[in-house]
Amino acid sequence: MKRHLISAADLSRDDALLVLDTAEELAQIAGRSIKKLPTLRGRTVVNLFFEDSTRTRISFEAAAKRLSADVINFSAKGSSVSKGESLKDTALTLEAMGADGVVIRHGASGAPYRLANWVRGSVVNAGDGTHEHPTQALLDAFTMRRRLGDLEGRKITIVGDVLHSRVARSNVLLLDTLGADVTLVAPPTLFPVAVDTWPCQVSYDLDAVLPKSDVVMMLRVQQERMNAAYFPTVREYSRRYGLDAARMAALPEHAIVMHPGPMNRGVEIAAEVADSARSTIVEQVANGVSARMAVLYLLLGGSEPAIGTEVSQ
Amino acid sequence: MTDHLIKGARVLGGDPADLLVRDGRIAEVGTGLDAAGARVVDAAGLVALPGLVDLHTHLREPGREDAETVESGTRAAAKGGYTAVHAMANTDPVADTAGVVEQVWRLGREAGYCDVHPVGAVTRGIAGEQLAELGAMADSAARVRVFSDDGHCVSDAVIMRRALEYVKAFDGVVAQHAQEPRLTEGAQLNEGEMSAALGLRGWPAVAEEAIIARDVLLAQHVGSRLHVCHVSTAGSIDIIRWAKSKGCQVTAEVTPHHLLLTDAAARTYDPIYKVNPPLRTADDVTALRHALADGTIDCVATDHAPHPVEAKETEWAVAAMGMIGLETALSVVQEAMVETDLLDWAGVADRMSFAPARIGRLSGQGRPLEAGSPANITLYDPAPRRRVDPTSMTSKSRNTPFAGLDLPGRVVATFLRGEPTVLEGKLQ
Repeated sequence: MKRHLISAADLSRDDALLVLDTAEELAQIAGRSIKKLPTLRGRTVVNLFFEDSTRTRISFEAAAKRLSADVINFSAKGSSVSKGESLKDTALTLEAMGADGVVIRHGASGAPYRLANWVRGSVVNAGDGTHEHPTQALLDAFTMRRRLGDLEGRKITIVGDVLHSRVARSNVLLLDTLGADVTLVAPPTLFPVAVDTWPCQVSYDLDAVLPKSDVVMMLRVQQERMNAAYFPTVREYSRRYGLDAARMAALPEHAIVMHPGPMNRGVEIAAEVADSARSTIVEQVANGVSARMAVLYLLLGGSEPAIGTEVSQ
Repeated sequence: MTDHLIKGARVLGGDPADLLVRDGRIAEVGTGLDAAGARVVDAAGLVALPGLVDLHTHLREPGREDAETVESGTRAAAKGGYTAVHAMANTDPVADTAGVVEQVWRLGREAGYCDVHPVGAVTRGIAGEQLAELGAMADSAARVRVFSDDGHCVSDAVIMRRALEYVKAFDGVVAQHAQEPRLTEGAQLNEGEMSAALGLRGWPAVAEEAIIARDVLLAQHVGSRLHVCHVSTAGSIDIIRWAKSKGCQVTAEVTPHHLLLTDAAARTYDPIYKVNPPLRTADDVTALRHALADGTIDCVATDHAPHPVEAKETEWAVAAMGMIGLETALSVVQEAMVETDLLDWAGVADRMSFAPARIGRLSGQGRPLEAGSPANITLYDPAPRRRVDPTSMTSKSRNTPFAGLDLPGRVVATFLRGEPTVLEGKLQ
């Protein structure tokens, strides 16, 4: 594995499978009464969050703590960052404190690459602007594997605001690496102009794609987008690209419904779909901790086995 | 004033000849010249070019003297072989009055490294709403002939039309920064494969081309001179070529960086490659080189845009746009145009001196290297290759996108009206 995880493209097929297998192994401890391993004892992980994201932050925090790492949460709000301190100076501060790993969430695409120039520790991208969110893609793949088995040849449909979605970018790259067939569905305004260069299919017609899908992943659509004329109204978007009960019925029997959260119920996904048995939305949250544990372990853990020494010993 | 006898220079890349420089002028060109008392400059193997002229330089003074001053910028220009630069108007305060342009012009005279011709803003405060006092700037000591809101597009069609018409009274030219503002709100990088992959907001080629198309039609309609700054796309070239074929008085420039680099450089998110207009695709680079060779694009202009380190050591989205270029322009043009056999040295002289001087209506610059011409001369050694080192720049700023690249050539000497500003590669 590379030293940092910034893009899903950083993972070879073997790397990706190693992360997923390790996550599967680590998921076992979630069922134990003591959910903690000594693996990263003495290591420091900094959660550097320039954007509010309680869900992702606590997921990384839980992952690091279950591996016994020391966790420092550094939120841009109320810190010197909000007073204009540069990313570089923040990075140098963390470096001086000796962070072994930095988990960064930032509103600017590519910020983790910049950070990696200034710190020695491993950088894990927890979402950068409209670029990538690789651990989300890993937890999504982990969830799909648990439900459907091997992803080779599986048909994955990702629906929504692809243009602004870091989740879509990371998923397309990782799922392609894992051999799945990805189809992106959105109104033409919400695709990047060069989407034809991506390793996936593109469709404007959700109803045509659903019957052939093993997985349908709905992306959050921000209502502000209609102000920039990406679509006329939220209702029209919902009618054409929302997943309601009728559309869900068009899916094959075994197909699952995913959403990275937070959801706009009634916009891209109907409440009865989100709460249905096909929905993996809550599972995704639980799996997020396992996937992030695997990433932190593989980047920071060195050669020690992830599981092997019981905590009780 | 010391006389100089330049021995054995290949004038515009031709056969070796001697040039006798006396009283600020070229007194004689020939072989085996001799002149008692003249300082001899051995120019064997060097190419003699007319002093380079830049139509597009940001000197940052007044306002951002931390990035560049007229003095530091003109020293950098001399090091790059330039004898005249056009100082862009987007200073603070904006060069939109006779007072500011005269100040910049005077600072250039005092520095003495090369002629500084201030560009006047088209609109007050480059806000795009009301015409600046173009006539006052034209009539000032600075004798402004090039007007530009560079950094901003004169996007209002009526303002652009009026500016084009108005400057006819003093043979001025409007140099347009062609960028449709609504299509480029928050734009970060050429819209295409790279911007899609990197999640950076796209700057579509059409935003440049749509403005150029409008402006050539306006210029044709009112019979005015239009100059297009930093052309960056293949589509823009097609429009300019068409306009020229219809007799439109349009000229265009291309920057060295658009002749050499592509948007693939953004892959690391290092904002050293962030510039406006953005780096484009390899196909655009090829089209720009051919358009410069065939004359559709008239000249090379650096768009030298110094920024302090902290403006570039940031996330891509918040970084300043622009790159320095005065000290590397000739090397980049050699690499992109001469080494590829698209231009010979006579062609380089035209695109980097004769043509820009003509567009800027500079009478004492961009003259042929012959007896009687002002002695603005650049001696250039095309043989050595060197690795570009930002720390060795004369500019106050270090934001060169060519850092680490091996580029050919070296400016050995620059003469400004007979006075060496650079000799043996060193500022005088």
